[in-house]
Amino acid sequence: MSKVRVLVGTRKGGFILTADGKREQWEVSGPHFGGWEIYHMKGSPVDPNRIYASQTSSWFGQVVHRSDDGGKSWETVGNEFTYKGDAGTHQWYDGTAHPWEFARVWHFEPSLHDPDVVYAGVEDAAIFKSTDGGQTWSELPGLRGHGTGPSWQPGAGGLCLHTIIIDPTNHNRMYIAISSAGAFRTDDGGNTWKPINRGLRSDFLPQPEAEVGHCVHRIALHPSRPEVLYMQKHWDIMRSDDAGDSWYEVSGNLPSDFGFPIAVHAHEPETIYVVPIKSDSEHFPPDGRLRVYRSRTGGNEWEALTAGLPQENCYVNVLRDAMDVDRLDSCGIYFGTTGGQVYASADSGDTWKAVVEHLPPVLSVEVQTLS
Amino acid sequence: MIRVQLPYHLRNLAAVQGEVEIDVAGPVTQRTILDALEAHYPMLRGTMRDHVTKQRRAFVRFFACGRDVSHESQDAPLPPEVADGTEPFLVLGALAGG
Repeated sequence: MSKVRVLVGTRKGGFILTADGKREQWEVSGPHFGGWEIYHMKGSPVDPNRIYASQTSSWFGQVVHRSDDGGKSWETVGNEFTYKGDAGTHQWYDGTAHPWEFARVWHFEPSLHDPDVVYAGVEDAAIFKSTDGGQTWSELPGLRGHGTGPSWQPGAGGLCLHTIIIDPTNHNRMYIAISSAGAFRTDDGGNTWKPINRGLRSDFLPQPEAEVGHCVHRIALHPSRPEVLYMQKHWDIMRSDDAGDSWYEVSGNLPSDFGFPIAVHAHEPETIYVVPIKSDSEHFPPDGRLRVYRSRTGGNEWEALTAGLPQENCYVNVLRDAMDVDRLDSCGIYFGTTGGQVYASADSGDTWKAVVEHLPPVLSVEVQTLS
Repeated sequence: MIRVQLPYHLRNLAAVQGEVEIDVAGPVTQRTILDALEAHYPMLRGTMRDHVTKQRRAFVRFFACGRDVSHESQDAPLPPEVADGTEPFLVLGALAGG
């Protein structure tokens, strides 16, 4: 029988939630690495028992852990992330030039084909690759070096590369997103990159439709239609039908189009999910009601999903890497909150249940569907 | 033999309890102690000082014989009491955060 394993990164440790295919009874293990920020944990699609974890703290820096037994035991692997060549500068918040400085790994993206290959998205924004299971890391410098890097400016959370998507039909094509530089694509395995932000509009920019400078919060795609991308931008839900070459807005009837995560249903490529947040100044749900919004039309037409979610006095946030789906026949949707709850739906979002309610603030949620 | 006291999180990371005892080749300085620590416990690399520049991480402090030596030269000799193992070399995480 299929199983589900949910990897939860929090401000004070990692947790692993497991259930059978019914997703009614859950076992919780953790905290793993108690007291440390676990920004992200993600398993290899090739070998699901291989899991990478980003452990970070302001005191002791970056540590990378790897498990080869599904999170039962862990070993430290390489944590040296050194920018290639002259690191150069990006813009600081005040517009002055600021040296590129490594702070932490925000996101691991294991290869779809090789369990020893994994990509890391880091702050200050860059992408690194390991071909030896995380023991050593090498920057793919074509991203920072393609030309616009010196003009990138951090968002409130830092200049972070938080999204990495590998095209399942063409592993030379990858997408990444940076707050607040925008989205970028490579078609040659990471050697060269180009901005893909045409159609994005950010009114906080001197040039609202500039080539870079957009605060992209998250991108998602469905494996069966990898040229169709969905984006939660700082404000606006955006869609591209041409692999990011152009974007158009699909915010439609949402109560707010500000938010962080966006996810695609496992079996319905036009069904997408967002969690609207009141505004860039007030990072909590509108009206104190936690609502996931689902569109079955690839955007524009949205319905609120509320069954089982708090509908009064709820002032949590859902961060960009804190929502994911499983691949069971009845698709499960999962998200974690800054209030420490992890909610799960086993019926595509129709009904929800809190799997755990009192964790530290949740930074990331990744779901593994196990046979 | 040099005695080193690590903070809680680094003891967990290195899977040690209590004080660590290490041999240090040559003069006993911050640099030679950290070199020996990192050689014996490679998982500590990057957690106390930068991989490349070897600069102390901002929220990490070093104490010897009741004195904060964090801002002293990494190559300055540490007190004889640390060098002969009478006193430990302390690695501390700053009291900051929540």
